Formats: sequence, C-alpha cells, structure tokens
Amino acid sequence: MPQSALDTRASYLAQTHRKRLYSGVMLVLLVAMLCGGFMTADDRNAGGFWNGLPHVLDFPAEVLGEAAQKITLLPAHLVTFFPSLLETINIAAAATLAGAIMAIFLALLSTRGLARWPRLIPLFRRLSDIMRAIPEIVIALVLIFILGGGPVPAMIAIAFHTVGALGKLFSEVTENADLKPVEGLASVGAGWMQRMWLGIIPQVSPNFISYALLRFEINIRASAILGFVGAGGIGYDLRNAISWGQGKYDEAAAIFILLFLAIVAVDQLSGLLRNKLVGDTK
Amino acid sequence: MNTATLKSGAVRQVNGKKTLSYALLAAVIAYFAYIFFAFDIAGLGQRASLENARTLVADSYSYKTHITKSNRGAGTLTAAIEGEKKGRYPDGSYPEWVDGNGTDAFVTLRDGTVVELTGKVVYYDVPDYGPIKITTRNSGIDLELPTADVPPFISASRNRVAITVPGGRINVTKSKTEIFRYFTGWEMFFFTLDSPFYGKSPAQLAYLASTAPRIDPNSSNLALMWDGFWNNAMWRHADVAWAIFETILMAFLGTIGAALIALPLAFLSAQNFTKNMVARFSMRRAFDFLRGVDGLIWTIILSRAFGPGPLTGALAILLTDTGTFGKMFSETLENVDEKQIEGIRSTGAKPLQRYRFGVLPQITPVFISQVLYYLESNTRSATVIGAIVGGGIGLLLTQAIITGKDWEEVTYYIVLIVLMVMMMDSLSGWLRSKLIGNKGS
Repeated sequence: MPQSALDTRASYLAQTHRKRLYSGVMLVLLVAMLCGGFMTADDRNAGGFWNGLPHVLDFPAEVLGEAAQKITLLPAHLVTFFPSLLETINIAAAATLAGAIMAIFLALLSTRGLARWPRLIPLFRRLSDIMRAIPEIVIALVLIFILGGGPVPAMIAIAFHTVGALGKLFSEVTENADLKPVEGLASVGAGWMQRMWLGIIPQVSPNFISYALLRFEINIRASAILGFVGAGGIGYDLRNAISWGQGKYDEAAAIFILLFLAIVAVDQLSGLLRNKLVGDTK
Repeated sequence: MNTATLKSGAVRQVNGKKTLSYALLAAVIAYFAYIFFAFDIAGLGQRASLENARTLVADSYSYKTHITKSNRGAGTLTAAIEGEKKGRYPDGSYPEWVDGNGTDAFVTLRDGTVVELTGKVVYYDVPDYGPIKITTRNSGIDLELPTADVPPFISASRNRVAITVPGGRINVTKSKTEIFRYFTGWEMFFFTLDSPFYGKSPAQLAYLASTAPRIDPNSSNLALMWDGFWNNAMWRHADVAWAIFETILMAFLGTIGAALIALPLAFLSAQNFTKNMVARFSMRRAFDFLRGVDGLIWTIILSRAFGPGPLTGALAILLTDTGTFGKMFSETLENVDEKQIEGIRSTGAKPLQRYRFGVLPQITPVFISQVLYYLESNTRSATVIGAIVGGGIGLLLTQAIITGKDWEEVTYYIVLIVLMVMMMDSLSGWLRSKLIGNKGS
C-alpha cells in the first residue's frame, strides 16, 4: 500500500476510535446521571424504591379483588360512569376543535409569505411558544379558582395549550405549502381570507387534520388528568372512588376499564384515520 | 368529451366540495352548540366569582400592608406585610407612611388621605364625600356619616364596617380595626424584614457588597446577602429551585429510562427482526397496554407502593413512555435499510455485531430526535404529575393555588414553569443539532 493511503487509513481509524471513545464516555456519563438522579429521587420519595417494589401489585390486586367479588355490579357501574367518560371526551374534543381552529390562524399569521401582517410574525411565533410552554394544569387550576369546578376550566386550559402546540406544527406545514395558488388568487383580487381559505387550506388540510387527531389522543389523557385535580369528567369520579378507599374499589375498577378502553379506542381510530389521510408516513 | 361536459363536471365537483365544506362548518357549529348546553356555559356567569378574579389579578402584581389595631385589651397597633407573621414589623416600629406610637396612629393611604386611629375611634375624611367617624363599643359599631344614606363604597352592619377607597381599605370589627394599603410589586422578593439589606436600593446594595465594612464579622456581606436571598422565608427561593430541579429530574429519569428499556424491546416487536409471531404480538400488546393505561393511572398505582415523591412521578413517566417509545422505535426499525445489514452480514458478522454496526447507526438520529422531543414534553407532564404525586414545582403550584391568597407566588411559579419548559425546549433543540446535525429534524 502506498504511504499516503496508509496515512489516510491510520487517521481514519484514529478518528473512528476517538468518535467511539466520545460515544462511550457520553454513554457512561448518561448512565451515571441516571443512577445519580435515581438515587436522589429515591431519597426524596416518601417510600423507598426497594421497599415499595414488592408492593407495586398490592393496589391493583386489591382493586381487582374487590371488583371480582362484586363482578355483578360492574355492568351497572360502567353505565353509571359512562356520562363522565363522555364529558372527559367532550372536553378533549371541544378543546381540540377550538384549539385547532385558532391554531390555523396563528400558523398562517406566523408563516413567511402568508402572514397578513409580515412585521408581526415574530410576535405570533413568540405567542405560540409561550402558549405551548404553559402546562394545562396551570391554567386549569387558576380558572377553577375563578370559574368554579366543572368542565369549562379544563376545556379552556387544554384549548390554550393546543393552540400553541398545533400552531407550531401547523406552521411547519404551511411553510412547505405551494405559494402558486395564493399568487393566482391574489392576481384576481382575492382578499387575505379568500387566499388562505381557497389557496392554502385545501393543500394542508390532510396534514392539519392528522396533527389535530394526534393532539386529540393526547388531550383525552390530559382531560382525564385535569379531572383528577378537580375539573370534572371521569378523572374526578376516579379521585372520589379512590380516596374513598376500600368499599368503592369496584367503582374504581369500572372507571379504570372505561378510561383504558376509551384511550385505546381513540388511539386506534385516530391512527387509522391518520394513515388514510397522510399515508403511512409516520 | 367536449368543453360543455368538462365544464359541467368541474362545476358539479366544485359544488360538491362546497356543500361538503358547508356541511363540515355546520357540524362544527352544531357540536359547539351541544357543548354550550352540555357544559352549561350560560350558567357560567353565576358560578364565576368576579371577586376571586379581582383578587387574583390585583395580588399577582401588588401586595398590601396591614395596619392592625386590636379593639380589645391594650389596643396595640402592629404592621405586617400581607398580614403574615413572616412579614411583621418589630413591635413599635412602622413603615414610614404610618405615624404611630404603639396604640394610636395617623395612617397615610396611597392617595395621600390620612386615617386617624385614636383609642376606639377611626376618623377618616373622604375626598368629595365628607368625614366618617367609626366608634367601636362593646354593644356594636357606631358609624357616623355626613349623609343619611350609606354610600356604595361602604358596607356596614352592626358588627362590621368595611370601607373601600382608591387609596386602600378600612375594615372595622368589634375585635380589631384593620387598614390595608396596596403597593405595586412583589414584597420582600429579595430580602425579608429581618435582613439588614431590606429596603436598600441597588446602588446601596452594590456598595455594601463591595467596599462597605462587614455587617456580620463572620462572613462577607456578599455571602450574607446571598444567604438572605436564598433562604428568604417568604419566597423560599432555595426550595423553589430544588422543586424545579426535581421536576426536570422526573422528566429526565422517565424519558431516558424509558428509551433505554424500550430500545431492546423494540427489536422484539419489529417484523424484520423477530420472526416469531407470538413474541411480536405479545410485545406489541404490552406496549399498547403501557400506553393505554396512561400516566394518570400509573401515577395512582405507583404512589400506593412508593409513596408521594419525585421517584413515583419518574416511574409513571417511564412506564407510559416505554409504551410510546416501544411503538415508535419498532416502527422506525421496520423501516431500516436492509442493504447495510446485508453488507455487514457479508463480512461474517454475528447477529449482535449486525445490530451494532448495521442497524444502530441508521436509527440513532431518529431515536435521539424522538427522545429529545419527549424530554421537553415530559417536563410539562412532570409538572402535572408532580401536582398529583406531590413532588416538584407542580406541588408548590397546587399548594399556592389551594391557599387562594398567595397569588404573587402563583404568578412567580407560573413564570418559572414557562421559563423552565422553554429552557428545556431550547436545550433539546441544541442537543439535537449537536448530536445529529440537521438530519433528524
């Protein structure tokens, strides 16, 4: 082998070696951070990890045991709590719908080439960042204080976050939209709304709907959690059933089943729809 | 096909689409109408408490100092910020807008008007209205007004008189007289009253920190200043910082732990790596189960075993995300390029080596990008889960909201949460570009 080729080979091997070393060091560092973090978290926890581990299944066993004893009551419980489940789903659906509609405007207003007021693009982008950064629970708790418990605070809170989250995803889609239809419409004197409605929306709606469906899956979970902190729906019933303790675990089991089935059903349905809309690109 | 049929076809198609879009619009409106009644939005006005909203907004940017005079016993006069023990002025000392001698005082309100407290008598001359005299007796409270009718800014009964004016509020009951004066800002954010640095201007503080003689001979002024700020009893900066760290820790442990567990399992559920149908199918159902049970239920189950705390939150995130990552990773694995594996195989590599050199380099950028995205999203989840399991900033936030009076603290926490999430967002973006360049985005 000529000398230069040998040099190249040696330097390539050295480079690979160094790269692998770096990767190894980073992996070790990551594992060390994980272990350290785990130990810190374990220290701060009320019950230790190793003490608790054998008892992980105690609670599910208790719930299932009681539910099995009162298995005859289960269908009735499923019927009783179905309206709450419907409320949870409605909170998520209304919030997703309202959030998505607002997110469309936010996305269009923050896309270069499409914005109604190009100078305000940074403002709308910041707005979307901030709305995305606020966890639902913050707004929900504040609104519960003002509006009282019930589905409305949860709906507003989830919608607020959805606007930010979808706004960002939507604007990524609109940035790649073809501008020719917009120019064509502009040349015949169409206004901004008409340009967007007729030139952009038909191009991007499959992606928009697909993202909105994905959000809906996330929002159902969020809606259940917000119920748990006092915002109505099945989460609220779940908290009541659980804090009652033994004696109502059959109800808790019914709620677990309903929630699980709803989440899985929505995931499957939306996955199916999304595949139809945008093909198998995920 | 002539132009006429083409045209009529096009018109029919456009009309069809138009009808469809109108139908969609009608469906959306109908759904919102249903929600309007189902959620009883019309009745919201009655349930909503404007009073709460006003307190919330006013408290978030201002605070009040209470001047309290006992109407029983010696009738001592005290001053305390927000009426809290931690914000109390030492006995006999008052803020500069109170001219008091321990029992009686002249209190200047924000608009410059003065309330006189003498014995059991409160005297206040309201601009554009006239003098008000309130006398507390054992039998009840006597209110003397210049007009026959009680004006709307006064609410009076036999046992209680409350006056709200632009400069503040006066509240008289048989047991005590309270005057509230509002100030803009967050009180004692840096130093509490017992700190030698309270009420100093930035210039004074800079002087104290640099060249001034030591206040406490045992430590430098700067250290003392830091100690006063960090261990501030009112705002508890040290605890808040720890809570933020705990929240990020939950997200970190949950996300990275889930990714490390899901990676090998994903191979088991990917069609091109596991030919065994039963193993593949059961692995997939396991992922679906982990995802479907959802963080909320995992949180409840785990907190029974491990008690409240950040570890429980981290494990709840870990379980849910193992399902999510398992599903996403196995989808990625099914899309890998077989050619590279083929190439490695042709050199006589064993299966493990094929995975290491043929598969991992292909999927690492996608995995890292997905994991980093979830790290940011889980910081938000950790805030929510923290509120349920009792850990991190989520717990502080719920506690502050439940007490319903420390809205300045709530505002502070909200600002910190937003900053935390945005920081994690940019951190994950930065890491992504460092680790994988622009390939994964």
